[in-house]
Amino acid sequence: MQKGALWFLSGFGLALLIGWYAFPQLLYRSVDQPVQFSHAVHAGEAVGMTCDGCHAVSDDGRFAGIPTLEQCAGCHVDVLGASEAEKYFVEEYVRQEREVPWHVYARQPDNAHFSHADHVKVGEIACERCHGPHGTSETLRPFEENRITGYSRDIWGVNISGVKSNPWEGMKMDDCVACHKENNRRSACLACHK
Amino acid sequence: MDQTTVKKSRYGMAIDLDRCTGCGACLIACAVENNVSPGQPKVNERNGTTWMRVFEVQDGRPFPDAQTAFIPMMCQQCEVETPCVSVCPQNAVEVDPETGIVGQIPQRCLGCRYCMTACPYHARYYNWWDPKWPDGMEKALNPDVAPRMRGVVEKCNFCHGRLHEARARAAAQGSRQINPSDYIPACVEACPVQAIAFGDLNDESTDVALLARSERAFRFLARLGTETKVYYLSGRDWVRRLADRELARSKKETLHG
Repeated sequence: MQKGALWFLSGFGLALLIGWYAFPQLLYRSVDQPVQFSHAVHAGEAVGMTCDGCHAVSDDGRFAGIPTLEQCAGCHVDVLGASEAEKYFVEEYVRQEREVPWHVYARQPDNAHFSHADHVKVGEIACERCHGPHGTSETLRPFEENRITGYSRDIWGVNISGVKSNPWEGMKMDDCVACHKENNRRSACLACHK
Repeated sequence: MDQTTVKKSRYGMAIDLDRCTGCGACLIACAVENNVSPGQPKVNERNGTTWMRVFEVQDGRPFPDAQTAFIPMMCQQCEVETPCVSVCPQNAVEVDPETGIVGQIPQRCLGCRYCMTACPYHARYYNWWDPKWPDGMEKALNPDVAPRMRGVVEKCNFCHGRLHEARARAAAQGSRQINPSDYIPACVEACPVQAIAFGDLNDESTDVALLARSERAFRFLARLGTETKVYYLSGRDWVRRLADRELARSKKETLHG
């Protein structure tokens, strides 16, 4: 009887290990960003840029997302600093006028509509609320892509069980709805779907 | 920001049948705006996708006196007892309480087509095929509207993508209230004779509210009591009488309507 319990428990433990550890490892494919970029340097004291210096909302309400090469090249026509990453960026992208194929951590599915203007300008929500404090990060972490859906791991959130340790973890519909409910915002499907 | 300041809208349309020439510009504008793909090789009148459709009707009199009218027909945005909402087993359809627009969420739809049967206006379409665009044309897709996949139902939603855009535009100026001129559906914009008026029926001053109250205004199948928000206008009695009939599906039936 005790032996049976032992078998059961070890099998149960193995199943849990596979489900909670091995599967998530397999589920996501990790890709490095094409160029290393330090938000800390750009938003730090030396340069002193704000979030909307690069990630701007235009007058017509469109959000620029990740800046284009043109914006970067506004400063980086030549190598300005001593970092290898910058040298690589200038030589491989700026001089050759190639857009950087960034992997977007927060890319949402096609049918989701999200207006930065609505949330940032009218709702007065800080960028960090959803994107985390990456303005102080030194490097770009690897982009983790769900092998099945192709979506970024940031959409589901780091924790596979969906438990959040920080408010910005997870950008799936439930996360949007939770905040909308809390603040008594639009709840119709078409408010956020297109 | 005060939340109570956002006013509830009831978006509606008024289509003047005495002005409509049946040119079909609205159909094209609609398909382009809403990423409706061109028909597949096997497509026919019954299984194609056209969020909007122009029916041709004639009064049946002989030649010199014969009269023709064209009736653009899309989702009539039923306000109460909305037939598609009440039959949907998936909660994939709902009437947005803030805009009155009947929304269809393709990702929730399981493709049972019960709503198509329930719809008195044949305004819903089923995707029998995955959408396909001729080479290069997919680059011209509208980013504000998600393309639908095979196996789901879709329909007119008063170009809701444009409402999103109008809201974003207003938000960029720090306002929750959209500028009405920013939100005009594609068909309304494309109509060369301005036969279609669009706006908030709750706002007494809009053209559409004014037209909806006019003597020439009528609604299709008003007896069903679904309180549609698409009004039609005509001064011709034989056209007005059509409102109480079911628009026949084939041209043959319609011709002798």
